[in-house]
Amino acid sequence: MSFVWLWTDLMVWSLLFVILAGIRSIKHSEQARKQWRSIFESPIAMASAVILTFYFVFALLGSVHIQLASSGDNSLDKRHGVYSVLDLSLMHLIEQTERTYSAPFATHEYSTSLNFDENGQVSQSYLALKYGGQHLTKGASIWLDVLKKTGLPLLLTFGIMALLLLIHGLFRFRTAALRDINNKTKTLPWKTAYISVFSLLFLFIWFYHLSHFYHVLGTDKVGQDVLLQSIKSIRTGVLIGLLTTLVMLPLALILGISAGYFKGWVDDVIQYIYTTLNSIPGVLLIAAAVLVMQVIITNNSDWFGSTEERADLRLLFLIFILGLTSWTGLCRLLRAETLKISQVEYVSAAKAFGLGPFKIIKNHILPNLMHLVLIALVLDFSGLVLAEAVLSYVGVGVDPTTASWGNMINQARLEMAREPMVWWSLFSAFVFMFTLVLSANLFSDRVQTVLDPRRVH
Amino acid sequence: MAQALSTVLNIKNLSISVNDSPLIKDVSFSIESGEIFALVGESGSGKSLTSLAIMRLLPEALQVTAGQISLNQTDLFTLPEYQMQKIRGKQVAMIFQEPMTSLNPVMKVGEQVAEVLRVHLKIRGKLARQKVVSLFEEVGLPQANDRYDWFPHQLSGGQMQRVMIAMALACEPDLLIADEPTTALDVTIQAQVLELLKTIRDRRGLSILFITHDMGVVNEMADRVAVMKQGEIVEQADKEHFFSHPQHPYTQQLLADAIPKQSFKPIIDTKSLLQINDLKVHFPVKKGLFQRTVGYVKAVNGVTLTIKKGQTLALVGESGSGKSTIGQAILKLVNSTSGSVNFSSPGEGGSNIESIVDFTALTEKQMKPFRKKVQVIFQDPFSALNPRMTISEIIREGMNSLQVGSPNKKDQDARIEELLEQVGLLAEHKYRFPHEFSGGQRQRIGIARALAVEPELIICDEPTSALDVTVRAQVLNLLEELQQKYQLSFLFITHDLSIIPAIAHEVAVMKEGRIVEQGSVEQVMRFPKHEYTQALLNSAPKLLRQTMP
Amino acid sequence: MFAYIMRRVLFALPILIGVNFITFALFFMVNTPDDMARAQLGAKQTTPEMIQSWKVDHGYDKPLFFNADAPGLAKVQDTLFVQESMKLFVFDFGQSDSGRQITADVYERMWPSLAIALPTFVIGLVTNIALALLIVLFRGSALDTATMMVAVAIMSISGLFYIIAGQVLFSKVWHWVPISGYTEGWEGFKFLILPIFIGVFSGIGAGMRWYRSIFLEEMNKDYIRTARAKGLSDLKVLFGHVLQNGMLPILTGVVVVIPTLFMGSLIMESFFGIPGLGSYTLDAINAQDFGIVKAMVFLGSVLYIIGLILTDISYTLFDPRVKLA
Repeated sequence: MSFVWLWTDLMVWSLLFVILAGIRSIKHSEQARKQWRSIFESPIAMASAVILTFYFVFALLGSVHIQLASSGDNSLDKRHGVYSVLDLSLMHLIEQTERTYSAPFATHEYSTSLNFDENGQVSQSYLALKYGGQHLTKGASIWLDVLKKTGLPLLLTFGIMALLLLIHGLFRFRTAALRDINNKTKTLPWKTAYISVFSLLFLFIWFYHLSHFYHVLGTDKVGQDVLLQSIKSIRTGVLIGLLTTLVMLPLALILGISAGYFKGWVDDVIQYIYTTLNSIPGVLLIAAAVLVMQVIITNNSDWFGSTEERADLRLLFLIFILGLTSWTGLCRLLRAETLKISQVEYVSAAKAFGLGPFKIIKNHILPNLMHLVLIALVLDFSGLVLAEAVLSYVGVGVDPTTASWGNMINQARLEMAREPMVWWSLFSAFVFMFTLVLSANLFSDRVQTVLDPRRVH
Repeated sequence: MAQALSTVLNIKNLSISVNDSPLIKDVSFSIESGEIFALVGESGSGKSLTSLAIMRLLPEALQVTAGQISLNQTDLFTLPEYQMQKIRGKQVAMIFQEPMTSLNPVMKVGEQVAEVLRVHLKIRGKLARQKVVSLFEEVGLPQANDRYDWFPHQLSGGQMQRVMIAMALACEPDLLIADEPTTALDVTIQAQVLELLKTIRDRRGLSILFITHDMGVVNEMADRVAVMKQGEIVEQADKEHFFSHPQHPYTQQLLADAIPKQSFKPIIDTKSLLQINDLKVHFPVKKGLFQRTVGYVKAVNGVTLTIKKGQTLALVGESGSGKSTIGQAILKLVNSTSGSVNFSSPGEGGSNIESIVDFTALTEKQMKPFRKKVQVIFQDPFSALNPRMTISEIIREGMNSLQVGSPNKKDQDARIEELLEQVGLLAEHKYRFPHEFSGGQRQRIGIARALAVEPELIICDEPTSALDVTVRAQVLNLLEELQQKYQLSFLFITHDLSIIPAIAHEVAVMKEGRIVEQGSVEQVMRFPKHEYTQALLNSAPKLLRQTMP
Repeated sequence: MFAYIMRRVLFALPILIGVNFITFALFFMVNTPDDMARAQLGAKQTTPEMIQSWKVDHGYDKPLFFNADAPGLAKVQDTLFVQESMKLFVFDFGQSDSGRQITADVYERMWPSLAIALPTFVIGLVTNIALALLIVLFRGSALDTATMMVAVAIMSISGLFYIIAGQVLFSKVWHWVPISGYTEGWEGFKFLILPIFIGVFSGIGAGMRWYRSIFLEEMNKDYIRTARAKGLSDLKVLFGHVLQNGMLPILTGVVVVIPTLFMGSLIMESFFGIPGLGSYTLDAINAQDFGIVKAMVFLGSVLYIIGLILTDISYTLFDPRVKLA
């Protein structure tokens, strides 16, 4: 058993590092602390942040990969291969694959199939599932069973919550004792946070428990559990949303600030670049780049190891391409703001002190731009998650073997035409994606309200 | 015709607060028909809020907690909104401080005035246009018929304010509220607009609630005066009594600060520190298919000035005269087109040989060692300091960049504390951020920042224009102290004539990029030779002229 | 005015050249003339001579960007890049992989795209602005907050869902409109209803929020305070002053889109079986038909640049402060 680090894994963990460093610098700056406190004073923002954190944790869990060696020489051992920590915890779902479609909580397949009984008679009947609902005795009610199985998760959730509350309570007591009594700061909406954490925790533990007995969200065409797919897709969506900005940010910053500060021919060249890039229709540019990448990959397939690595590389390239094509919006904003800031008097004062352009940009311009950067980052996140779905539909998204909501929708689309309709795959992808995007939008709204001095509420 | 002495406006015990903190406390006054009532106060005193309360245009977060406002015996607070709308613009009208932003930029000015006529008097079409044109003529807009079709950006500041006045007068209101209507205008224009308002009052019997912070204007205009401080009226009197026998200590302070010093500063003949010779700064104007340079904006067009060591030269002019550009050219923040800026630096290391350096001939790198000798203080205290840097970082920046004093952090800290105390702040302030300070305090921090590098010349670009009168006096005193102590020279750029005797030894008057007159302050202000100087001095409110020696 | 337009067009040229350069680089990285020759001749046994002669026949024997053998200016001119670019500039898009004339196809297919995109755009614009104005009237109230929540929810749902859900609900379950398809003329109208409705509905969330913030920003400006002081009611203020001034920033975002309406929405057309440029592009991407994709990229760029020029011109028409520089 050894660790396998995919490129995207490395990027995610370094991003986590950057975020932690950012949190530290926020702690040091009183102004930033106040602003973030203000952001979290909104219960909606708090709830959204909790949801986003959950998603991010899932993404992280999916970003630690382990290579499992096959035990013995049993070549049918499904365990051989590269798995993420998330995969390992949901191993039962990976192994308990059905034959074909089944509805959520079903005991039998969704459509009938030909059946030959002992007498050679042909009949159409619903085949029993291999794993889903097989523990039930005949005629037992599914809902009663589910209800019975709710007790344990509920207990567990309460237990965990109690523990969290205890730890948090101690922490708050300590900070409250240290705080100045006269300090009339609004308390953060911890109640909302607790409720959110409780709900999500309960939901997850409940589903996890039930998933050992049922396919909670059904199975797709090849019998894969839909809940598993949806959870695994979290990583793809989150990665595309977060890592793209990692690629996009340096470009937008350097080019935007340079154009705004140095003006002249530098400005002209940069404006030329981003106008040219902008005039190419977005989807086409991405499609073209992805196609190029595909050809390169197929022509040089010996570069890459396992299928996972190949799929991951495709994800990586997609992230790069998205980043390289989406920096223009932020660049324009930064250019305009830099132009404005360059005129301001404290910049003139710095020039009168003989400070060179590099120092002026570092000390005066950059810090006063960060709010724009932050707003853009949070704003873009949801757009990128949605874009992945569209790109996968067009065919230039992630590899078809990668779990992503886009792929789920793509496959589900054809299923909608069937009689009777297969709706759970689409529904599941919808719910997971909608929750993430909605939370991101609500959170970014709050961030914008607090950080943008001009914004009208 | 109204009976004599009928009360147009009556405010009783008005109190306004936001989120339980009071902004206006128990304000009462009344205005009679045909009277000009001045409401004076510094920024934050609540005078503008009072006027908005009369119009019932307060921002939503603010609540009226007590009091009553009656206009022509109608209680305004009991009226439903739609009835209040009938009163606004018809019985009471308001004009504001910034005419440029107060007019709809995409609508013709004539249309904007006609709108009032349409809404209240139901006058439309040709008749409306005629009325608007006659209003324009009444307020002194030339070519009134043509101006109807103009847009705000095509008019000057003074003309826009006239349009605002026309708009306010259109429906013949009983009360005109003027919220600092001339503060943003040049001195010569200000005089004209004030004259216009008085004429209108005489002609129409209009009452005016005149809000201002400028004592000179109060003296010009008011029949009665009330002083507001932090939401309360501290004194109310008719003009004569107000100026001759002010009762409240705050009023006394205001008057003392507003009335300029009674004496001139003596000129000591020291040697020249900075000599500007025939300086020209021209900005190219580009037009056409290939952006060819078709002409130049001649911001500075041949200026020769001398600044002596330890003395202050005041540079006076209206907006657009080019005075700020000279400051920027000296600092090489802007490229000069021709001419020289010669700086005399004493011999290094004890030698007596003085060297003269022409700043315009230096590259940026060569200029750097000289930057510590010439520093700058800006006008707007809110944008002069980086909001994300602490005070100590702000002051330290210059010291580090120009390598003044010890590079040791502790030594620098000590020096920063010393500087802060010198400008009247506390040592512990160095850990705070700009937004925690008032305008006056921020200006002091700006001064400390400039002092940190031990300059010989400080260019003061309108440093007191954005400050309240009392604070202004304090800052000017501080500058004077520092000049005495360190033998500093100042190039004091301003448009405000009244403060010149307090701070300057010599003065130069600028118009359209050229110096039209210069000399000692006494000479120029007592015996102005050029007609422009004379016009400037004549436009200054009588109060200042009266008390100038 | 003429000089102004000419200058903008002149600025557009280097951009189009840049666009061409990028597409060229991308495509020829993937599909060199050698590859093209091999594909056309059949993969069996292609000798270098056969490849060369094919290339000469089709004019692909020239070097890509720089011809060292040619004299003088022709070093740059006598290249594949310039040759192909020239064709694009006269809108000669050549042949697709299947042998059809691309230019003719483009001309034929742009009308169905427009049939959907234009109504969606116009109806969407009017709806969004009307809703935004309405909400601004009620600003600060509970209705305002609730509506904004709904708006965020609407824009958090992927367009794909709207289409799929719309098709299932309106076509499959309720049988109000056909699922997909297209015919010319007025009978084809029934095919357009659902895509237009979905297009408008999915855009309401983001549109309403954007216009609302523009109008609110205007409401806070000084000249509105003057308008109120004149005794104008909220309604008159909104329609007489805010709308006019709000149109200016709206124009920046909106006019630039108009020419690109011809390109059509890839997703919409594909789901609804509309034979427009969008589905044309999508099929070409899936089939890796570079001729078509190249043409669509160029067309898209030209249209975008026209949009930019139109935006500038609209500014000079609607904002009296802007003079034609």
